[in-house]
Amino acid sequence: MSLAAIALNRFGLGARPGDAAPADPRGWLLGQLGRFDPRPAVITALPNAAAMTLQYRQNLAQLRRQGVIGARRPGDPEAPRGPEAEAMANQAQRERRKAFAQAYGGQVGARLTLSLTSATPFAERLMHFWANHFAISTDKLATATMGGPLEFEAIRPNIGGRFSDMLLAVTRHPGMQFYLDQAQSIGPNSLLGEAARRRNAPRQPGLNENLAREILELHTLGAGNYTQADVAGLARALTGWSIGGFVRRPLGVAAPDGQFVFQPAWHEPGGVTVAGRPYRQNGEAQALAILNDLANHPHTARCLAEKLARHFVADAPPSALVERMADAYLASGGQLLALYRALVEAPEAWATPLAKFKTPWDWLVSSLRALGRENMPPLQAIGALRELGQPVWRPGSPAGWEDDAARWAAPDALLRRVEIASRIAAPLAASIDARSLASRILPGTLSAATASAIARAESPAEGLALLLVAPEFLRR
Amino acid sequence: MIDPKINRRSLLARGALIGGFALTPQLALAAAGTDQRLVFIILRGAMDGLAAIPPIGDARLSQLRGGLAQPPEQFGAMLKLTSDFAAHPALKGFASLFAAGEAGVVHAIASPYRERSHFDAQNILETGGNAAYALKDGWLNRLLPLLPAAPPPVAIAATLPALLRGAAPTTSFAPSRLPDASASLKARVAALYENDALLHRLWNEAMATEVMAGSSDGGAGNPQGLAASAARLLADPAGPRIAVLDLGGWDTHAGQALRLANQLRQLDGVITALKTGLGSAWANTLVIAATEFGRTVAANGTGGTDHGTASAALLAGGRLMGGPAAGRVLGDWPGLSRLFDDRDLMPTTSLNSLFVGAAAGLFGLDPDLVTRRVFAAAPAPPLALIRA
Repeated sequence: MSLAAIALNRFGLGARPGDAAPADPRGWLLGQLGRFDPRPAVITALPNAAAMTLQYRQNLAQLRRQGVIGARRPGDPEAPRGPEAEAMANQAQRERRKAFAQAYGGQVGARLTLSLTSATPFAERLMHFWANHFAISTDKLATATMGGPLEFEAIRPNIGGRFSDMLLAVTRHPGMQFYLDQAQSIGPNSLLGEAARRRNAPRQPGLNENLAREILELHTLGAGNYTQADVAGLARALTGWSIGGFVRRPLGVAAPDGQFVFQPAWHEPGGVTVAGRPYRQNGEAQALAILNDLANHPHTARCLAEKLARHFVADAPPSALVERMADAYLASGGQLLALYRALVEAPEAWATPLAKFKTPWDWLVSSLRALGRENMPPLQAIGALRELGQPVWRPGSPAGWEDDAARWAAPDALLRRVEIASRIAAPLAASIDARSLASRILPGTLSAATASAIARAESPAEGLALLLVAPEFLRR
Repeated sequence: MIDPKINRRSLLARGALIGGFALTPQLALAAAGTDQRLVFIILRGAMDGLAAIPPIGDARLSQLRGGLAQPPEQFGAMLKLTSDFAAHPALKGFASLFAAGEAGVVHAIASPYRERSHFDAQNILETGGNAAYALKDGWLNRLLPLLPAAPPPVAIAATLPALLRGAAPTTSFAPSRLPDASASLKARVAALYENDALLHRLWNEAMATEVMAGSSDGGAGNPQGLAASAARLLADPAGPRIAVLDLGGWDTHAGQALRLANQLRQLDGVITALKTGLGSAWANTLVIAATEFGRTVAANGTGGTDHGTASAALLAGGRLMGGPAAGRVLGDWPGLSRLFDDRDLMPTTSLNSLFVGAAAGLFGLDPDLVTRRVFAAAPAPPLALIRA
């Protein structure tokens, strides 16, 4: 198989009918980071995290007024009762769902359009990779419409810079803050904590370790490379890291909806120790220093290198490759480009073709690209991805989607691919000749058996569907 | 929040249009300028004409085919049509229409194409050209400007077949859940995965589960239901006058006897459903069922037949009554002693002859005009089918 084909299919999003084979495949891949558009118009046209935070806040207020959630506060009017109120509540719920569906649909549509039309598919793949590394799941009220904004605002602009910048942007983003309950994590000995104790408030504010734990386990050092004391230390340091629009407590700094804000009065005073290092800074600087050190920690380098190599090269990537990538990352001071370069320049990354089974997302995107499609109605895409088992931004856990064949190569999932291939191929069968398309889409990997199965298919639609579910198209 | 099953399935169930035209409302807008109806059934995969309409008077058939010359026992005996030809026992409804003068056959018929690719052959069948992909529009679309104004022809399918593509407006209509993946596609996927250990295992498990769950519809969906939908649309006095149905699954390389019998039973059900659904409009209807090419005369080593050349086209409809095709097997029978490429039924009639004759006869058009405007790329003498 030619290097160009590997570059297009293994490292990219799959060849499109008109794609020219890159003359210098490695250069083509690495050069994409410089050409990548972090703020394309399809994204800037969408409501951002600030708008989504405002919407969330208004939804909460509505639910509280209707007595659906929360305790009544003194002075709140009595929640309405009776069939009329119920009808109104149901209507409001329908409208909320519609608004969620619309926002989610727009975000999925934008992600798909970018993937189908991108001239920098390797960079786009990296973006998907990092979005999954910093996964949130939109099955929570607070994050129902945050999948897109987190990816578009915190991940996308940072894929070619320092990992620490991405880590920081994600940690500060309302999507991650809401998902892992950070926005209202308050130090027990902070000014606010002490005030609450003095008042003997019924609900004492406290800190939440959720985000701190996942930063250590999933985003940086990795499982087994941290202790509970590290979690507690990072959680204390992160107190006060919050989001504007949710400051209902006294002693809070007002900030616009959805914007990161540091609340000094919520911050737990005193030094902490994380991963063996003491941090005696005051305020926001403390967690900033910890995050920066975590980003450049050898354990983090190794975790990122292994995960990235698993994503592109093999379910069990060669350890020599992982070592080289980790070393390059550390030597560069945590530059992602160094990590990518070590990957792309490694002979191992080009050695065993078709070692990776595509995820449903990658399979759908590469299928649509192969057919020359530049978009798909979001509702159709959402439905297809749910049937295929990988609804966008809904992995259900902060660990994100698994990245190996064991997760995706399953009997029913395979049948769904065949059905969806049949569905998306049919409308284009009269205008595309699957026989000539096959060799253009799979240069060098198209097997004689597949070529002959396509040529002998009963109808053009069947031939096209067979191409999309051929063993060499299901893998990369 | 968003249930994909509801999105996909209920849209289809409600009669979603997939061709870009609003469906029923638009179909009902204009009164049709003709009361003649044409239904075209594309038999994709190459129907074996020698099994559908066997030449019982030709002893070579049994010699060349062996056991495959006889239908499976449970279907009963061949249904005699004429002294020389019978219908496969699965074609019961068709045979009784034939006896009543409401059906006919054109045998040893083929498009101008003489190679054996399904894609290319179907493209030529549908475009009416003489080379694959030489024409961009379907012959039925080119015919439309010659016809009296009527609501756009409708393809009863999720997508528009090449036969209807072109400048004149057309629609497609999926009235009920269409099959997700046909039995034919599934069989080919199974073959494609045979040498891939992982995919082979997964696919077998998926198929086993599907059978256990009883979720498989045999892959062909419900062609009779699709035919009933077509009939309902056509029966409407203000509805479309032309409908196209797609029936796949004819590529019987292996285990042909039973598979083909089931296919023919489906085709028979489609024709019967059209007659029932059209009611009094059946008198003004012509149904053409044609395939891209035929199959080898001899059986292959897997109880099937391979890609051939000439096949048979089936005609039905009240409009045939009293005409040259009513209760007749048309076409010059070439016999089976001299075969095309030493393997296939020799073609003696062009499909385009059938198409010109059908279109001109049904809609009262000048056959020369139809030839010039629709079949200029592959003209063929018109075949008289319908009484003037």
